[in-house]
Amino acid sequence: MSHHIVELKGLSFHYPDGTPALDSIDLTIHHGESVGLVGANGAGKSTMLQHLCGVHVPQTGRVRVGDVPVVPSTLNEVRRTVGLVFQDPDDQLFMPTVAEDVAFGPLNIGLPPEEAALRVDQALAQVDALHLKHRPPHRLSGGEKRAVAIATVLACSPDILVMDEPSANLDPRSRRLLIELLRGFKHTKILATHDLDMVLDLCERTVVLHQGRVMADGPTAAIFADHDLLAACALEPPLRMQGCPLCGRCN
Amino acid sequence: MGLDTALHEIRRLDDLAAQDTALHRLDARAKVLVTLAYLVSMLSLGRYEVSRLLPFAAFPLLLAVQGGVPLGLLLRRAALALPFVVFVGIFNPLIDRNVHLTLGPLVITGGMLSFTSIVLRSLLAVTTGLVLVAVTGFDQVCRALGRLGMPTALLVQLQFLYRYLFVLADEALRMLHARVQRCAKNSRPSLHEYRALLGNLLLRTLDRAGRVHQAMLCRGFDGTMPDLRPTSRFGLAEWRFCAIWGLFLLAVRILNIPQHLGDLPLYLAAKAGGLFPGVLK
Ligand SMILES: Nc1ncnc2c1ncn2[C@@H]1O[C@H](COP(=O)(O)OP(=O)(O)OP(=O)(O)O)[C@@H](O)[C@H]1O
Ligand SMILES: [Mg+2]
Repeated sequence: MSHHIVELKGLSFHYPDGTPALDSIDLTIHHGESVGLVGANGAGKSTMLQHLCGVHVPQTGRVRVGDVPVVPSTLNEVRRTVGLVFQDPDDQLFMPTVAEDVAFGPLNIGLPPEEAALRVDQALAQVDALHLKHRPPHRLSGGEKRAVAIATVLACSPDILVMDEPSANLDPRSRRLLIELLRGFKHTKILATHDLDMVLDLCERTVVLHQGRVMADGPTAAIFADHDLLAACALEPPLRMQGCPLCGRCN
Repeated sequence: MGLDTALHEIRRLDDLAAQDTALHRLDARAKVLVTLAYLVSMLSLGRYEVSRLLPFAAFPLLLAVQGGVPLGLLLRRAALALPFVVFVGIFNPLIDRNVHLTLGPLVITGGMLSFTSIVLRSLLAVTTGLVLVAVTGFDQVCRALGRLGMPTALLVQLQFLYRYLFVLADEALRMLHARVQRCAKNSRPSLHEYRALLGNLLLRTLDRAGRVHQAMLCRGFDGTMPDLRPTSRFGLAEWRFCAIWGLFLLAVRILNIPQHLGDLPLYLAAKAGGLFPGVLK
């Protein structure tokens, strides 16, 4: 199904103040793949993800989602296919209550209120946040905001799920829950994260970004085993691959 | 009062609005309409009126009692507005020196009257607004305004103002805390530092606004805010609420109740005098 292929070709991007963020990125992600996007702070992860749902339109190069090129005239279509969870949940939660926020997407697609309400309950239950339903977003903790922000995107049931730091601020149990949830999500997913252990759990493929360039792209296990590469990109192997802190071997 | 406490008190209003009293259950439009009528009839009184404003205090006070809003909180919040109000009216006594009344050595000028009147009115208006939010909830007030015909663009602005007030204030607090952490002594920020803080805050706000808008677009925003909640009905309870307070407003606006109350003893005395001529001489 070519429908959900994500393709970036020669993509470069400068912020208006001149900061270079992406430098000729070439990347193809196939339907059903689950890809981890890792890299140091400022490597360009967020900027790249924002190109996938049209927050930024390509300056040089092009981005394609399925058969649709990402250009200003196709943004509506692209946004129905791609769901982006932003890095800062406060950007994503703007309605007076959690329930209304989660319903925002479904109602905008044109679902009737009863069905939207159903989706709200489902999505909130998926992230274990049903009890927050009637709370205003400004009264939630960081991790609760994160969970709800994820629910707002799940409720839109996108074909391609794109997440920027989904596990930041989550307590261990919620993080585990998120990993299980994402494991059950059979569509294409792209996760930008510093949580390399989560990448190890979820993604068969990893893309390493460094100073706006793709430094490596391949099977996760192979990439995390390449310590020189990781060191060159200011990364460390996942904790689980660092060996036992006592003897350095067992594990 | 620091920024933290101010925020905390606004959050208190949210808690109060989440209560479930008969008054809270009333359709928000009824409360908004009566409040608007209240503001119009109170603010349209003559500029020298002082005593006639007093009966108007009954509305916010009764509502507060009925809706479980602690009066202490109201007074504290209203006191917060006091300096601004006083500042607005402070020059009246200097400008308008027409003598309205002399009580022995005490001379009451028009300026003094209008100053008192401004302060009273503002306090009443602020208190009533607070009570409205506390017994309705800010988003419900917005929604009611929308259903009463306020343009969507304004409405969305208002909702966002409230939502991002917290984010913005939290950001300001974080910056202030970060500054205090790095200060040797607990000094007040200098003018220069304030300027940097404010500039920073403004830039962050603009960035934030851009990102929020993008997040909305990503979820299909097309300029209208969808509404999930079942719309409540304007039923018997709402009509009754409007009728009762409408009559009250009419009465206090048209009749000069304090004057009548003041006249009552004289009237009774006159009656008595009519019955027993010579007693009052
Ligand atoms: N609004 C902006 N204006 C100017 N430059 C920016 C802006 N946002 C990001 N940058 C710059 O673009 C580059 C890439 O930033 P990006 O946010 O994509 O990094 P990231 O990989 O997501 O980092 P992090 O892990 O810290 O989230 C950085 O050098 C950053 O300084
Ligand atoms: Mg980022």
